[in-house]
Amino acid sequence: MLKKRIISCLDIRDGRTVKGINFINIRDAGDPVELAERYVREGADELVFLDISATNEKRATLVNLVQKVAKKIDIPFTVGGGINSLKVASDVILAGADKVSLNSAAVKQPNLIQELANNYGCQCIVLAMDVKWVNGKWKVFTHGGKVETEWEAMAWAKRTEALGAGEILLTSMDNDGTKGGFQIEVTKDIAAALKIPVIASGGAGSIAHFEEVFTQTKATGALAAGIFHYGEVRISDLKQALKNKQIAVR
Amino acid sequence: MIAIVQYNAGNTGSVQNALARLGCESIVTDDSNELLKADKVIFPGVGEARSAMSFLREKGLDVVLKSLNQPLLGICLGLQLMCSYSEEGETACLGVFPNRISRFVKPEIVPHVGWNNVSYREDRLFKEIPQDTDFYFVHSFFADLSEDTAAVCNYGESFSAALARDNFYAVQFHPEKSAAMGQQILKNFLAL
Repeated sequence: MLKKRIISCLDIRDGRTVKGINFINIRDAGDPVELAERYVREGADELVFLDISATNEKRATLVNLVQKVAKKIDIPFTVGGGINSLKVASDVILAGADKVSLNSAAVKQPNLIQELANNYGCQCIVLAMDVKWVNGKWKVFTHGGKVETEWEAMAWAKRTEALGAGEILLTSMDNDGTKGGFQIEVTKDIAAALKIPVIASGGAGSIAHFEEVFTQTKATGALAAGIFHYGEVRISDLKQALKNKQIAVR
Repeated sequence: MIAIVQYNAGNTGSVQNALARLGCESIVTDDSNELLKADKVIFPGVGEARSAMSFLREKGLDVVLKSLNQPLLGICLGLQLMCSYSEEGETACLGVFPNRISRFVKPEIVPHVGWNNVSYREDRLFKEIPQDTDFYFVHSFFADLSEDTAAVCNYGESFSAALARDNFYAVQFHPEKSAAMGQQILKNFLAL
């Protein structure tokens, strides 16, 4: 049976792991390669590295980090943040990333999804969408949550699936960093409407929240950052608890 | 020396890194002579069957791969290309194994992405690996079952997670991305 994936996310700025609350108030959380190795030991199923400072000048630092991670890490990992062209995506993939995640750039130039799918296959494209409840609708935001787009979450998710995205990483900005639990409704609706896998993200604060998202939605993975960084929830404990609840995990 | 086949659909870097973690040096090459004289050959792959097969034919690598007498390990698309036919682009493949490659239609969610357990028949490739170990898969097409099926996985239906015949081996999952047990598969292959 296919297992539910526990995905550990490392937000990267200037080569260091950082974590913010509601996309602001950033604080340092350690060396990315060391953290990544710890997560692998604890049983993480995948890792995501999101470069939140991504600028053209700093891209070399990111590519260098990806190479270091690829040498050490023997589980799949995704790299995102500032992937805005086929060239940048190629640099990151050739440096050893298994997948790239697209966010703002996909909204600006949706053809990038198709272009990447043609070159590297759908399996390497994770479409990251940050959504927020605005006037009774789930709206898609870009640029680290700063810019509201015209897109509603469901329409955008379906559009990107049609263009060739391999997976959707769905982050609720309202829940992110609050430790109050995943956004069940929007995750449930989008995961049910799509054929590609959906990863729930934003709001994980306890083991019960993972149980909730896996039993109430069709999400095939759940992502968290802060609670793993600071050791509030150990991935090995989380997996044992989910097994006890008959949720299939590795 | 271990040779990794270079073509237009390889994730050669990941395989090379995994071999390096085992202390094993490797070369990445599309040169027939290099492949023919290697001790073992790994044929990885991520991508699309039709364009990959045209590339292999253009380079004459289709003939070379089939004629190898040393152990060959296909990974993911590599496994699919070693079968007889793929529905993806209606492609005639290498035909090392008799299996047919079809697109998943029964599962609710496609591609099959994540860790899934496999059960295997006695084979040196699975030495010291417990039955029902989880490996990392990512694919939309799968090989059906045949007498060469060495391991079975289930995702909506049963498919070949590994194939083996003589010196030819192939796995649908990614041993280079499957943590300690994936490393064990590579170690077993290197020990053949």
